[in-house]
Amino acid sequence: MVPDRKSIRVDLQLIADMIEPHSRVLDIGCGDGTLLDYLVHFRHVDGRGIELSAEGVNASISAGLSVIQGDADTDLKDYPDDVFDYAVLSQTLQAMVQPKVVLSHLLRISKHAIVSFPNFAHWRARLALGLLGRMPVSRTLPHEWYDTPNIHLCTIRDFVALCRELEIEIESQKILDTTGRIRQVSTELFSANLFGEQAVFLLRKKIGS
Amino acid sequence: MTLRDLTPSYEAVFEALGLPGEGLNVNGNKAKSVMATGNEFSDEHADAATAPLPGHHVRLGIEKPLALDCGMEISDFPVAYQTYGELNADKSNAVMICHALTGDQFVADQHPLTGKPGWWDLMVGPGKTINTNTHFVICSNILGGCLGTYGPKENNPDTGQPWGLDFPVITIADMVRCQALLVDHLGIDKLFAVIGGSMGGMQVLEWASMFPDRVFSAICIAAAALHTAQNIAFHEVGRQAIMADPDWCEGNYLKEGRNPTKGLAVARMAAHITYLSDQALHRKFGRRLQDRDAVGYGFDADFQVESYLRHQGITFVDRFDANSYLYITRAMDYFDMAAKHGGTLANAFKGTPVRFCVISFTGDWLYPTEENRRIVHALNAAAANVSFAEVQSDKGHDAFLLDEPEFHRVLHGFLAGGAEHWNESRLQSDGED
Repeated sequence: MVPDRKSIRVDLQLIADMIEPHSRVLDIGCGDGTLLDYLVHFRHVDGRGIELSAEGVNASISAGLSVIQGDADTDLKDYPDDVFDYAVLSQTLQAMVQPKVVLSHLLRISKHAIVSFPNFAHWRARLALGLLGRMPVSRTLPHEWYDTPNIHLCTIRDFVALCRELEIEIESQKILDTTGRIRQVSTELFSANLFGEQAVFLLRKKIGS
Repeated sequence: MTLRDLTPSYEAVFEALGLPGEGLNVNGNKAKSVMATGNEFSDEHADAATAPLPGHHVRLGIEKPLALDCGMEISDFPVAYQTYGELNADKSNAVMICHALTGDQFVADQHPLTGKPGWWDLMVGPGKTINTNTHFVICSNILGGCLGTYGPKENNPDTGQPWGLDFPVITIADMVRCQALLVDHLGIDKLFAVIGGSMGGMQVLEWASMFPDRVFSAICIAAAALHTAQNIAFHEVGRQAIMADPDWCEGNYLKEGRNPTKGLAVARMAAHITYLSDQALHRKFGRRLQDRDAVGYGFDADFQVESYLRHQGITFVDRFDANSYLYITRAMDYFDMAAKHGGTLANAFKGTPVRFCVISFTGDWLYPTEENRRIVHALNAAAANVSFAEVQSDKGHDAFLLDEPEFHRVLHGFLAGGAEHWNESRLQSDGED
């Protein structure tokens, strides 16, 4: 018997909940294919993935998923316009060489984009940097400064500003606090940017843009 | 593990043609003993020269000739093939394996001429990655080959003499058209998978491009969508070595009762180097000396690597036809899929329903990852369903023939995932009927 749901990380579950069944999905930076596998089996999507690490790619293909070894910074340009319903960039934006270009590509090749990232303006990060004078290390930012793959960290406010600049409409967002729960409090930016440890945004091109 | 010992032997031909074959009878008894085990021949018209080979033989292009890229047509020609496993009732479990330059149809059983295990014995068999308990595996000797399928050593019906260089120049696409005729002959509408490495991978790409509705999944391993200048250059060295051999007789050696073994051996030696990585050669031989403690200040095979290459060359001529080598390398050099599609590779796969898997090896410098990735980018541009893995291996191009567990794991996963979708899609289309 196939269960209706299986347990995946809460931020991945949030992403999965944003995706319509039977849609076409590209998961960029799909890791070992956990989200993709969930989407294929429980949302019945036509799912594809891109992953940089050989281990992730091999694990994904071995699990029967359609995944290519590649680099979002260089490989997204090959895809034609509007071939996907959702392009997912989960906890990967901050590791891109050209996050702005990647974000533009997401909404070129796909109707919607779903982007999640750790919020560098979370109060603990502010505390670490502002008071302790140290680069923040936390559950969502687990790396020391010298071995982090994250080269373009941003805050929720930064991301919202970039969307505005690129004429991207934010359809919805989910803000997760330190407990990993969705913060119900607000869509109010100041509070979200202070208390949100990570954020998930559902995006689309602004109509007419 | 021996490296790339894939190819057909030649003594049967010599025997049948009554040609002198010094040094060629080493495996003769073996060949006969295999014959004696009573393999069937599905066609009584099987060519005299190929008749001793076990396996299936059929004549194709009888009702309608096969039009080749060069403009010529061939009809009523022989094709030799092997099958493994059982074709199921609805003929939905067929897998076509496309062999490489010096491969043949004996994928997974003892080679009738060399007595060695099949060239992909590690991959194909009951319970193996390509599982013959569940799948019906077909592999035919390619058009232009020399192990029972129509090629330059077969007789020209107009003259009754071996074709030699009068045989039409064939292409990778022609090989695939010939395989498609065989699939017709077997009554199979759609293959579950077409799989091949190296030149076999090129055939896989042509299969998917020319017959997208007859292929559910296409697995292209250690290949390229075109032959680069370097690829052509290496092949030209091989061809020139053959043609420089006085026994080649302008391609008429069969009529003259001769065989350009020296030229073909040198061609093989040069090619063999391209199948291995520097690391693999270093690990296997280094600068070690062959049966001596010091260099001999002469031109004997002082080094093990020389001895090994000479062995590769000498054994190769026992099982391959020099003219076939010219024709097949030419077909590979002419291969450029993008050129046929307005210069854009993606056009070859526009709107394709085929599920692709592309696999490259880090140590392969003959068809490096970069060339394989070019295929992947084109498939992405065609919005095709594609998987791509680069497998870590320092064994060179030949890695696809060797025991590379990661490679097998990836391929197994792709086939298993494919089977799931294949069954779903067939259930759905049954429902629509």
